Amino acid sequence: MDLEKFLILSAVIFAIGLYGALARRNVIIVLMSLELMFTAVILAAVTMSRYVASREALAQTGVATESVMQTLLTGQVFALFIIVVAAAEIALGLGIVIAFYRSRETVDISQANLMNR
Amino acid sequence: MLFQELIFWVLAAVAVVGALGVVLLRDVFRSALLLVLVFLTVAGLFFLLAAEFLGVVQVLIYAGAISILIIFAIMLTQNVQEGNLPNRLQFAAVLLPALLLVALAFVAFDTDWRLIADLPAVGGTAVEDVAFRDNTFTLSKLLLENYALAFASAGTLLLASIIGALSLVRDR
Repeated sequence: MDLEKFLILSAVIFAIGLYGALARRNVIIVLMSLELMFTAVILAAVTMSRYVASREALAQTGVATESVMQTLLTGQVFALFIIVVAAAEIALGLGIVIAFYRSRETVDISQANLMNR
Repeated sequence: MLFQELIFWVLAAVAVVGALGVVLLRDVFRSALLLVLVFLTVAGLFFLLAAEFLGVVQVLIYAGAISILIIFAIMLTQNVQEGNLPNRLQFAAVLLPALLLVALAFVAFDTDWRLIADLPAVGGTAVEDVAFRDNTFTLSKLLLENYALAFASAGTLLLASIIGALSLVRDR
């Protein structure tokens, strides 16, 4: 039950982020919704790392050696790399937003229609 | 154990309400502040999940750096009269996340998870009790030995993204 409640919470945050990314016109809100979705995915990865036994851990049942601990912590390593990619993404995304605002004087994403005219 | 349950439900409620506020509030600046709140509650959840290092990283990078970037971007593109407007895709934009939520909930409850708590104990101690002791130490060894190449690539990615962002916002 512990595992499921964390997974459901992560799914709820992801769904809210997806709604924000699809339904809002302000591009900064869209980027913030993307960050919400990233956070939900990181939460799911850490939850998996905390509760779910990997195949290696099952094979060496009970021997809590360092190698078992390392396989259990792989989810946290994934979460760290997702955080790095999210930081790179938000830096580039906000750079694009500011360049867009300079050329169009707006942050309305429906005005980004140069290829749709 | 009961105390942890209580903490979880408080943090979960704050996170969900905060996330709803981020996408629904009219004022973009308040949305950004609520986003910081969501990041902090998720950091608290990381501490509950025996991931102390990730909790600290979450506070430093998300609540510290990324939210400051977002607030700067809001101030540089000040557009008060427009605010946070919805677009014309409201029906699809509600339906798609709802379907996804149902599917994810089904998977979470239907899968037969192989839990760490179910692993047989050896020498009188359960695996769960010892598995996450010293986890920051183990995480650092994992990161700098097994995943050293990915670690270096992450640095290169950050450098590339900084150069890209600079060239995007530079005055021409």
